[in-house]
Amino acid sequence: MSARPQARQAHGHHVSSVSQLIGIFVALLVLTGITIAASRFDFGEFDVWVALGIAGVKAFLVAAYYMHLRYDHPLHPALLVFSVLIVVLFLGVSLSDVLQLLPEVEAAPN
Amino acid sequence: MIAGAEHSTHAVAGSSTHASPFRAHHFETAEQQSAAARLGMWLFLVTEILFFGGLFVAYAVFRTLHPDVFVNSAALLDTTLGGINTVVLLFSSLTMAWAVRCSQLGQQRGLVLCLSLTIAAATLFLCVKGIEYYHKIEEGHLWVSQYGDATDLGTFNREGTFFSVYFAMTGLHAIHIIAGIGAITWLLVRSLRGHFSPQYYTPVDVVGLYWHLVDLVWIFLFPLLYLVG
Repeated sequence: MSARPQARQAHGHHVSSVSQLIGIFVALLVLTGITIAASRFDFGEFDVWVALGIAGVKAFLVAAYYMHLRYDHPLHPALLVFSVLIVVLFLGVSLSDVLQLLPEVEAAPN
Repeated sequence: MIAGAEHSTHAVAGSSTHASPFRAHHFETAEQQSAAARLGMWLFLVTEILFFGGLFVAYAVFRTLHPDVFVNSAALLDTTLGGINTVVLLFSSLTMAWAVRCSQLGQQRGLVLCLSLTIAAATLFLCVKGIEYYHKIEEGHLWVSQYGDATDLGTFNREGTFFSVYFAMTGLHAIHIIAGIGAITWLLVRSLRGHFSPQYYTPVDVVGLYWHLVDLVWIFLFPLLYLVG
């Protein structure tokens, strides 16, 4: 966050400070440790959501800072968000379909 | 970018301090060229997210149908090796982001060092992945046909569904790592030739975006395949 790189930045783009780069890396390592530690506890059916939540925070840090999305043209984060929403839509519709069929699948002999 | 050579003569002749030898003729300014390249890379990354998204949906559907198979099979994966690879890939993202910073500030030696470290980390990732694949293939998890009618994972050869998803997802990811090593090696060669400067570093920037996406995919693959079981 020092002012010096900002002054020397190349044609108006954000230049990440060394402290920010290393800070994000340390945060990602800590979150990796937390997700491994959390996997040793049994949250029942929430296991997946705990893991996905921590992965989501890590993904946000990488996208916002390493991929410069926080400082970028708003079209770029919008593209990322919309593509993820499409995947979530695909996932949601597919899963709701599978969950409806699940009783029949379980009843069928292999 | 390819048209760089023919324009370098113009830049020297014009002796303009701001003209980049790598600006293609159909762009008004270097900034416009950079913005177009970054938008193009983001559009490519959108297709990548949808590409991997299909496999994540396959994972979710198979897991919903056979939760016991996923729990038992995921326990067979080596969490230590997976964890080491996660740290290695996060480190490569750090060095890649640092390489972009070096190129923006015109730090040539730092750029070469960061790109070299990124390639080294990516290669280490592939080696660890190779060791894991070797063990799993030795244990007969590559082909569903190798499963008998009943194993300790459960009846029926449904346990193949986990390893089909595992090999498809990590395999596609590994192909992306290999492509990334190729792209970063190209950056390394160009940086050694002194092509990059604070006026022209777009290739480092957009390859960096690609590399971070490969890291992003692994951030989700690691807990879903190795930990949630």
